[in-house]
Amino acid sequence: MLQGWIIVAASFAYIGLLFAIAWFADRRAARGQSVVSNAWVYSLSLAVYATAWTFYGSVGRAATDGVGFLPIYIGPTLTMLLGWFVLRKMVRIARLNRTTSLADFVASRYGKSALIGGLVTVIAVIGILPYISLQLKAVSTSFQILLGYPEVAMPPPAGSMVVMQDTAFYVALFMALFAIAFGTRQLDAAERHEGMVAAIAFESLVKLVAFLAVGIYVAYFMYDGLGDIFARASGRPDLEVLMAPLGGAAGSYANWVWLTVLSMFAIVFLPRQFQVAVIENTDERHLRRAAWLFPLYMLAINVFVLPIAFGGALHFPPGTVDADTFVLTLPMTQKAEGLALFVFIGGLSAATGMVIVETVALSTMICNDLVMPLLLRIRAFRLSEQRDLSSLLLDIRRAAIIALLMGGYFYYLLAGEAYALVSIGLISFAAAAQFAPAVIGGLYWRGGNRTGALAGLLAGFSVWIYTLLMPAFARSGWLGVEFVERGPFGVELLRPHQLFGLAGLDPITHAMIWSMIANVGAYVLGSVIRRQSAAEHAQATLFVDVYQQTGEPGSSWRGATSASALQTLVGRFLGPARAVELFTAYARLRGARSVDELEGDRDLVRFAELQLAGTIGAASARTMVATVAQEEPLGLEEVMTIIDEASQVIAYSHRLEEKQQELEEATRELKAANERLKELDRLKDDFISTVTHELRTPLTSIRAFSEILHDNPDLDPGERQRFLALVIRESERLTRLINQVLDLAKIESGLAEWRTAELDLREIVLEAIHATSAIFKSRGVTVEARLAPAVAPVMADRDRLMQVLLNLLSNAAKFCTPGTGRVEVRLEGHAGGVRVDVEDNGVGISRENQALIFEKFRQVGDTLTEKPAGTGLGLAICRRIVGHFGGRLWVESEPGRGSVFSFDLPAAAAAGGAGRLVANA
Amino acid sequence: MRKPSLRAYRIASLFLLACLLFNYPVLALFNVGATAGGVPVLYVYLFAAWGVVIALAAVVIEGGS
Repeated sequence: MLQGWIIVAASFAYIGLLFAIAWFADRRAARGQSVVSNAWVYSLSLAVYATAWTFYGSVGRAATDGVGFLPIYIGPTLTMLLGWFVLRKMVRIARLNRTTSLADFVASRYGKSALIGGLVTVIAVIGILPYISLQLKAVSTSFQILLGYPEVAMPPPAGSMVVMQDTAFYVALFMALFAIAFGTRQLDAAERHEGMVAAIAFESLVKLVAFLAVGIYVAYFMYDGLGDIFARASGRPDLEVLMAPLGGAAGSYANWVWLTVLSMFAIVFLPRQFQVAVIENTDERHLRRAAWLFPLYMLAINVFVLPIAFGGALHFPPGTVDADTFVLTLPMTQKAEGLALFVFIGGLSAATGMVIVETVALSTMICNDLVMPLLLRIRAFRLSEQRDLSSLLLDIRRAAIIALLMGGYFYYLLAGEAYALVSIGLISFAAAAQFAPAVIGGLYWRGGNRTGALAGLLAGFSVWIYTLLMPAFARSGWLGVEFVERGPFGVELLRPHQLFGLAGLDPITHAMIWSMIANVGAYVLGSVIRRQSAAEHAQATLFVDVYQQTGEPGSSWRGATSASALQTLVGRFLGPARAVELFTAYARLRGARSVDELEGDRDLVRFAELQLAGTIGAASARTMVATVAQEEPLGLEEVMTIIDEASQVIAYSHRLEEKQQELEEATRELKAANERLKELDRLKDDFISTVTHELRTPLTSIRAFSEILHDNPDLDPGERQRFLALVIRESERLTRLINQVLDLAKIESGLAEWRTAELDLREIVLEAIHATSAIFKSRGVTVEARLAPAVAPVMADRDRLMQVLLNLLSNAAKFCTPGTGRVEVRLEGHAGGVRVDVEDNGVGISRENQALIFEKFRQVGDTLTEKPAGTGLGLAICRRIVGHFGGRLWVESEPGRGSVFSFDLPAAAAAGGAGRLVANA
Repeated sequence: MRKPSLRAYRIASLFLLACLLFNYPVLALFNVGATAGGVPVLYVYLFAAWGVVIALAAVVIEGGS
């Protein structure tokens, strides 16, 4: 017989064993020989995911859905495959920042925002409370059923008993004490609970063995193996449907997929899962084993779910026994007392494990992210003046645990009977899934900001309340069923289970679709609308690029405090003794003999902030440290460093660009210079060949005439005279040519002698006209001078200038038609200089030839057929002479209408400085 | 960014394989009334596929580099 006292004694014996394990683990941890730092223990502790809900509820769901419950366990398998990427990143971040909870993690990512931390806490508490009440319900129901042994009778519905006689109430109370004892014995800067983790891992083993035991018992002792159960079940139409249930009445593929996604999130974002997977992780490498061991656990605990469900459905007449209790009731019908008791212990294991971790995680969140920020802000409490706050922190957590369990109990009283176990659990899953966008976005998207996270969390949570929580209340009779069936105020479009007419999905899938749209949408929208603050940006980079960090994250604290002030501050939260211990250790690490020798620099402030963050969370730690140290919004120095680095890179690339441009420029110049050199070389060759050619022409005629005179001594005197004149003329020409070549070479090489003086150009022009008058007369060309009465003097060499004018005038005479030719010489002054024009009405020069005539040996006309009228050097020399005195020589001409050769020279005043008097003289 | 290792690609591939195995339309292929050794094929398939994924995870993620 299973009497009440036996059940209670067995339960207490089991709990005592847990305490012993926890005590042992804590002692080993204190000696530095952790039993928890082990991949097997880590993997088993993750199995806190399997709660009483799994233990009893999976069978319940399988009895109506067939394999429809499996996505809840397949989803975590998928997540664990990615655990090496996603979870490892979270573990790394949490360790660097001494993160204490999920709320702390999210708040820390979004600029250590207390508002975000508070919001996450509220969502978690409201979302998880039903889940806790579920555990209470499971334990109290299983206890009452077992108490009725050997009869199998369903317990009376919740709320039908006086509170003082209700088992669930005592279960809640008892669990609260249990959680307090495990989770809040001491404050630790790391916020790790090794004893608790060891106990959880042990509990995971117990519930697995218990479930497998009952599975094997049902399958192989009550029935003749799995084949037998399924063969019998196929004879029952209601069970046969469940063998291929997908796409049918029991659930669509969409439900299957969304349930998978939901549980993929739940395995990370349920507060207790975050606690064991991230906060309690001692070594990132443990994730490797957990990646397959934890899924294997999930597989093992689910293998017998469907056989037990079918076995129970076959054994009990339909409607008499709740499928949620088959795990317990089936052994009871077979009088297997020991197994039934073991199953009860397994269920108790599953429930206590979940409640302990969940309440410890939630109480940390409530304390660090909800109560402490408020207390620290409300001046009336004068909290910032109290010396030792460590016991206050523990008291807040203890109170929070009691409040959570009492809350769970009252939720159970009010709503517990309205839903089957699985439905309540999934509502909590959906609440936890609301953290996914903010966390995953925060891990991989640097642009995700505080505004976005707030908006996303609020939007997703609101949709969750409307589509899941309010309908649950409605079913409990608080709101009236019309709210669900007809929509609020009869507006059908707003029916919470068919929002905007989206029908045909189960309520969870429906809620997930809408809440994820709202959540992700608001998160992205908020993030792109508002700009990040500097502090947010720093934290975002810290999270997203955590693998690129080396050592401790950078600090935004200015060193403006003393070590003792910091030690006192830390002491107020961790206890003075612990603070002394920590600071002495730190001092030793830094090579100082005592704490007093430590400087209050930014490293020390950062150290103190980390210690505090590990106890009261990142947001509160920042607030507290700010009371003794000054914070730089984003250290000017850091901003400068960032800007510096960026601008250095930019400057460097600028310099490279400039260098490249310079090089290109130099290359271009070199190329041009090379071209010019080649051109000059060619010109020199041309010049030499031209000069020799030009020299040879007169030489040839001189030689020819001289030979005639030499060979014919009896030449007629008249003829001889003519030939001699020719020889003389050609010699003169030769001399002139050689003189000009020498002249040009002198000018070009800068060796020419210049006798520069102030000159009156008018006088020179008149003299030049006078000197050439004979030529003009002989050719029948009239010359007209139109000279300004007085012009400014110029600085030049008189003989050279005369040379230029004579050249221009004789050219003009040469190219004018004899008889009708007319040459006009003009002289006029203008601002800053004097200009001379020599205009003729001769043949003119074509446009392409106008530039050529100033080059050496270039003569207009066909040099092959016509005898050259000059040496071809005159204009080249003229241009150089004028250029030497700072002037310019050019020509304007039109073929057939004559040409104008002009030059101007700068006035002496402009060029040299003195002497306007000369001009007027 | 560091270049992802071969192991990372293997893990990602395994994840995609698992997504395929536990999704429509592969599931629909086994969502039939037939049995294998007296056990419904959907049930057998799900646990067999799950087991294979877990075994591959053990080899890929924890096995030798």
